[in-house]
Amino acid sequence: MSTARQELLFLYSENSDLASPVRAWSRYSGAGTHHRSGDLDEAPYASVVAAMQDGWRVLQVSQLMAPMPGADITATSFLKFEALLERWEEI
Amino acid sequence: MADTLTVATPLLSSIELARFATDGYLRFDELVDPELSAAMLEAMVDPDFPPTLGPDPARGSGSPLDDVLRGWPAVCEPIRAFAALPAVRGIVESLVGPNPIYDHHAVHITAKGVRAADEWHADLVASRRKQFDVEFLFFPADTPREMGGTMILPGSHFRQVTGAEIGRYQNFQGQIATVCKAGTLIAMHHALWHCAQANTTDRTRYMFKLVVNPSQPQHRMWDTSDLDDPGVNEILQTTNHRWYGEDMMFELVHRAEFWKYLRGNDRDTTYLLRRLDEPGDL
Repeated sequence: MSTARQELLFLYSENSDLASPVRAWSRYSGAGTHHRSGDLDEAPYASVVAAMQDGWRVLQVSQLMAPMPGADITATSFLKFEALLERWEEI
Repeated sequence: MADTLTVATPLLSSIELARFATDGYLRFDELVDPELSAAMLEAMVDPDFPPTLGPDPARGSGSPLDDVLRGWPAVCEPIRAFAALPAVRGIVESLVGPNPIYDHHAVHITAKGVRAADEWHADLVASRRKQFDVEFLFFPADTPREMGGTMILPGSHFRQVTGAEIGRYQNFQGQIATVCKAGTLIAMHHALWHCAQANTTDRTRYMFKLVVNPSQPQHRMWDTSDLDDPGVNEILQTTNHRWYGEDMMFELVHRAEFWKYLRGNDRDTTYLLRRLDEPGDL
């Protein structure tokens, strides 16, 4: 059985530039560490690029979505610029 | 001459309402004295205290708040005393008007040593309607950071999300954990993002939540004598919530529209809204 477990890092950027400042962040661990809301007041990295430079591998970044025709262009809901990164940790 | 003693209701100011429009909440530190706070806590844990059940017309939801509280058992006298405090009445009246409607209440209990935390969530389905409920969060005992406190995200009240759809998020730039002394009250917009925090102490944490609805349009319910204070627009136009990122401009629009509603839809007071409302092509 593999002794490595996946770690996920979600970083939400100021804009679609992966070097722009991180404004929100979440961590999920397959290795046993329980991360939760409000557990880290400071962003673990200043940007997605900074996380990549530290060895995190980008799995996905959010697409750039134009508003649907007729939609309220000012409506806001989720954070738009999400990057999902991973690394593997030995247990 | 009237033979009844009238206690003035200290209404909120325009500056305070502008902060509510901008941040989605107002915080009143140590508003309630320690004796009444302790009595409220004692009532909250009494077996006769009305249980936490969510909105239910059979239990008063949709009825005048005063009528519902009057019908609660004797053990709730400290809650009635709290609701009757001029400062509390002034806050309620300023935000939802002089005839508030009871929605529901809850006693939030976080046992000692609970290391889990709530997911981020908004209590009520957000919509673009301007009418809003107010959730009052009362902390009857000192709440240090290691005890948790409710974490809130200032400025999140205009986002169109439902419940814990936002549970994937864990941390935001600008998030604030409610660390406070006993007697502190928070009045927040129904759609403000929030989450209970872990309690790693050896003491149980308590919080009393009371949700009220307006019974009329929430137009100029507060003390508007400072409505033209330049500080009002400064607050409304501040770009203080960095977690917005590129959505900052949209949030400024929502804030301006909300302020227009609070003013009674009389006129647009911000340059931004006036530009957006200009008709057609030039």
